[in-house]
Amino acid sequence: MPDPVQEGRSETDETVFGEIVSRGRNLLKCIQCGACTGSCPSGRRTQLRVRRLMEKVLMGFEDMLNSDDLWLCTTCYVCFDRCPRDAQPTSVMKRLRNIAVRKGFMKPAHQKVARLFCETGHLVPINDEVKAVRKSLGLSELPPTVHSHPESLKELQILLDVTGFRRLIG
Amino acid sequence: MTDYSLFLGCIVPNRYPGIESATKMVFNKLGVGLKDMLGASCCPAPGVVGSFSEETWLTVAARNLAIAEENHADVVTLCNGCFGTLFEANSTLKNEEEARKAVNMFLSKTGKRYKGSVEVHHFAKLIYEKHLDQVKQLGGQSLTGVKIAVHYGCHLLRPRTLKKIDNPEKPGFVDELVHSLGAESVDYRDKHMCCGAGGGVRSSNLEVALDMTREKLENIRASQADCILNVCAFCHLQFDRGQRELAEKMGLEYNIPVVHLSQLLGLAFGLNPRLLGLQAHAISTQPFLRKLAEVSSR
Repeated sequence: MPDPVQEGRSETDETVFGEIVSRGRNLLKCIQCGACTGSCPSGRRTQLRVRRLMEKVLMGFEDMLNSDDLWLCTTCYVCFDRCPRDAQPTSVMKRLRNIAVRKGFMKPAHQKVARLFCETGHLVPINDEVKAVRKSLGLSELPPTVHSHPESLKELQILLDVTGFRRLIG
Repeated sequence: MTDYSLFLGCIVPNRYPGIESATKMVFNKLGVGLKDMLGASCCPAPGVVGSFSEETWLTVAARNLAIAEENHADVVTLCNGCFGTLFEANSTLKNEEEARKAVNMFLSKTGKRYKGSVEVHHFAKLIYEKHLDQVKQLGGQSLTGVKIAVHYGCHLLRPRTLKKIDNPEKPGFVDELVHSLGAESVDYRDKHMCCGAGGGVRSSNLEVALDMTREKLENIRASQADCILNVCAFCHLQFDRGQRELAEKMGLEYNIPVVHLSQLLGLAFGLNPRLLGLQAHAISTQPFLRKLAEVSSR
């Protein structure tokens, strides 16, 4: 019988394991102690188990890519700081998310904010109510960001095109 | 006196502009010049854009940093998310030649270039490190008798080995700033827990984000603090709007005023609360302002 661990754990960029390890070998230091899961404020109320995710990556599984678990991490970095082996679970989590998005597993709510970013240059753009508040505080109605500088927004959009972001988010 | 490039991000100018006006007035009182970062965008958010494409995240952050470089002035941020992104991106780009080359190749399409000539500061740490004596002078002991629940947030202090700002398990400098104004910084359970908003959780799993906020609010209420003090616009939004959302969705009423450190310093320096945007919060800050009036009349 083929060994699923050996099969999946190929150190090429084509596998999840390979891509993560090629960017930093800290994952390999994980001893499955569970300090990450024990420290996780999200895991206290959700099914997110960081230790289990690390184990799955180490064993060559890839079924976490379409799981909601990946998106329950607030990236608070408590596990990262407390890990006694510096296995950097938050970085593994973020890489898993990058791979998931590349494979088309993106949550609709995230697609929506990513599109706002592409259209306006802000993940949280201005609205009429806040324009009025700004005025009442003696600030310019639009902030001096891309909101006041259409040429800067174009510049940003070029970067979102050349880095493939617009294509990526669909 | 050194000038800084003020990085606004999204939530400050587009949701809580009071933080923007408070910062400008407070820095003016401290004699520090702030330059606008013309045409800057979202930082971009570390747990959102950084979770989708690290490459885009780094490139857009480099563009924002390049704007500060054109200003010839270090960056100062008012949000832990912006700080997390710009600090980490700056560190990566300064230390990794390959990443810098790749990013500059992209930036060249827009006529911009990242050089690595500025540093990135968080406003709270900057004020603590360089202006504590002035804060004491300008603020006097005007907040004596006020109880404050300090919330540091995550990306200001973590990852610890990258940020090297304070011990994230037991930080102290914001509490010290609060004490320097005469106020009491109260202890509360799980004080250093995340507010719940980050990592794209607020946008995609609001109920999870709110449950974390609820836990923090319960603990803060038990401490009988007069306000929640934060140093991050996103934590500020999560605590302020989150309380309204918890009331609407679950009938949970906390009504604990939420104040950003720039606003608290403004109040301590005697600035008009209306110009600090305190009337534009989801949760009324009136109880806190009444408390301040009460202690100052004693």
